[in-house]
Amino acid sequence: MPITYTSQEQVEVYRFSIPAAILIPLIAVFLQAFVPLKLGFFSIFDLPLLVVIFFAVARRSPVTGLLTGAAIGLLQDSLTHQPIGVYGIAKTVVGYGASSLGVKLDVENAGSRFLVTLFFYIAHEIVYFAVARGLVGLTLQWSWLHELGSALANALLAVALFALLDRFKQRT
Amino acid sequence: MENLITRYRNVTILVAVLFAQVLGLAMQVKRNTENEPTRLIRIWAVNAVTPFEKVIVWCQRGTAGLWHNYFYLRGVRQENRDLKAEIQRLRLEQVRLSEDAEQARRLQVLLGFKEQFISKTVAAQVIGSSGSEQSRSVYIDKGASAGIKPDMAVITSDGVVGKVLRVYNSNTAQVLLIDDQTSGVGAILEKSRLQGVLRGTPAGEVVLEKVMSDETVQPGEAVLTSGGDRIFPKGLPVGTVTKVSSGPDFFLSIRVKPAANLSKLDEVLVVTSVEEKEPAVNEAGPMRAADILAQRLPSVPEKPSPDASKPGGTTGATTIVQPPPRPAKPETAGTTSQKPSVAGVPLGQAGSASPKPKPSDVTVGAKTANTTAVTTKPASSALIKPATEQKPVPPAVKVSDQVKTAGSEAKPAAKPPVAKPKPQPVEPQLEPAPPEDKPH
Repeated sequence: MPITYTSQEQVEVYRFSIPAAILIPLIAVFLQAFVPLKLGFFSIFDLPLLVVIFFAVARRSPVTGLLTGAAIGLLQDSLTHQPIGVYGIAKTVVGYGASSLGVKLDVENAGSRFLVTLFFYIAHEIVYFAVARGLVGLTLQWSWLHELGSALANALLAVALFALLDRFKQRT
Repeated sequence: MENLITRYRNVTILVAVLFAQVLGLAMQVKRNTENEPTRLIRIWAVNAVTPFEKVIVWCQRGTAGLWHNYFYLRGVRQENRDLKAEIQRLRLEQVRLSEDAEQARRLQVLLGFKEQFISKTVAAQVIGSSGSEQSRSVYIDKGASAGIKPDMAVITSDGVVGKVLRVYNSNTAQVLLIDDQTSGVGAILEKSRLQGVLRGTPAGEVVLEKVMSDETVQPGEAVLTSGGDRIFPKGLPVGTVTKVSSGPDFFLSIRVKPAANLSKLDEVLVVTSVEEKEPAVNEAGPMRAADILAQRLPSVPEKPSPDASKPGGTTGATTIVQPPPRPAKPETAGTTSQKPSVAGVPLGQAGSASPKPKPSDVTVGAKTANTTAVTTKPASSALIKPATEQKPVPPAVKVSDQVKTAGSEAKPAAKPPVAKPKPQPVEPQLEPAPPEDKPH
C-alpha cells in the first residue's frame, strides 16, 4: 500500500501563496454552487471538502488545517439557508484530522490520496449528520449505499484534483 | 494548567474552535432564524460568490444567444409553421376557455367570491445554488431594486418553484425550493378537491401531507396551490401525484412530481404583486336590454371607439392578457355573442346579487373589441331592462348608414353573411337606471 509511515523530518511541508490560499477555496465554493445547476449529478461531489483535505495534508499543521476547514465550512454554510456552523464544525474536524494524519503519513501519491479522501469523506458526513440532527434538528436520512458511492466518487475526483492543485504548492 | 494547554495546544485550539461554532449554532437554533436579519457572513459569502456566477451566466447566455439567434437557424421555418398552427389551435381553445371563464366569473360574482390575479411578476435568472443536497435553494439575479421581498412566490410557466427566502442586496435573492424539507405549500388536489400541505423530504422528493387516509387519491391527479398559505396564489400548478401510500397518523403519504423542473431551473418569475378582488361583472354580466337588443340586430360594424382600444380596461390585472379579437361566429340573427347561460342567469339575481355596486363607472363589454361596444354606465344601473320597456334603440336608424360603412371599415371576409352578434355602439349611459326597471 502506498501509505507509509514516515518520521516528521522526512515529510515535506508546503505553503501556498496568498492568492492561491484565498482563490482556490473561493473557486471551489463557487463551482459547488454553480455547476449543479447545469449538471445535476455534480451535487454528490464536495469540492470544498476536497480543498480542505488538500490544504490540510499539504501544510501538515493541525491548527492551520482546522482553521482552514472552519473558514471554508462557514463559507459553505453561508450559502445555504440553514444555521451557520454545520459544515463549519464538520470541516473543522476534517481539517484537523487530515493535517494530523499528514504529519505522520506520506500522502503524496494517488493511492494514499484516494484512501485518505474516502476516509475523511465518510468522517465528514458522520459529523455533519450528527450535528445536523443533534443540534439543528434537521431530518436527515442516512444511507450507507449513497454515502459510500459519494465517497468513492469524491475520492476519484480527489486524485485528479490534487494532482492539479500540486502546481500551486511552494516548498518551505 | 498553562503547561497543559501549551502541551496540548492543537487539541485546545480545536476544542475552542468547535465550541465557538457549537455555541453560535445553538444561538441560531434558539432564535427563529427566519425572522432575524440576514447575518453579515451570509452577505459577505453571497457577495463573494454571486458576481462570478453572474458573469458566467451572462457569458453563457450571450454565447448561446449568438449561436442560436444568428448561426444555428436550422429548422426555423418548419418550427415557425408549427408554431403558427399551434397559435391557431390555441386561439380556438382560448375562445372556448374564455367563455367558460366568463361563466365562472359570473357565478363567482353571484356567490360573492373573490379571485386572485397575479398582477405583476419580475423575470429573474437563476445564477447559483446553495451547493448542498440538504439545502435546496437557488440564487436569482434580482433583488431589492426589482421590488423582490421575502415570502414572494416564485414560479415558472410550468408551475410553482418556491418562495423568496432572503434578499441579500439590490440584485441578489435566495429562493427556497418546494422540495426542501423546510418548505411548505398549501395545495389542493384538482379533482377530489382535497387539501393538504406540500413538503420536501430529505431525499429531495415532494410529498403531500395532511390528507386523511380514508380519502381516495389516484396517481396522475394534478396538484394545485390552494392559496391557503397566503404566499402562492390559488390555482397554480404544483405537480402530479405519482404514488399514494398510507402514512403515519391516519394520513396518506402522497408523492408528487413537481410540475417545474427544479433540478434545471434557468429563468423564473417572481410574483411581486397579487390582487384579490371580486371578479369583474362587466365583461359579460348585467347589461342593459338595449345592448342585448343591439346585439340581436343585424350585423353592423362598430365605430372605432377610443375606449375600445384600451386593453384590459376592466380587469385591472396587468398580466391578464386580453384575448385577441374572436373569430366571427357563424351565428344567425337572434343569437347573441353571449352564451345562453348568460341570459339564463336569473336576471333578478344578477341584479340583486351584484355585490356592492361601485360608484365608479363600469365598462361593459370591453372584453372583445369586435363583439361588444364599450359602454360606460354607473354600476348602480346594472339591472337589465326588460326589452319591452326599453326605448327603441336610437342608433337603429343608423344601421343602414353603418352598414354602408361596413364594407369599408370592417372585414367582410371574416363575417358570415348573416348577422354577426355585434352590439350597436351606444352612447355612454351615465344616468342611473330608472327605478321602475325590473329584472327581465
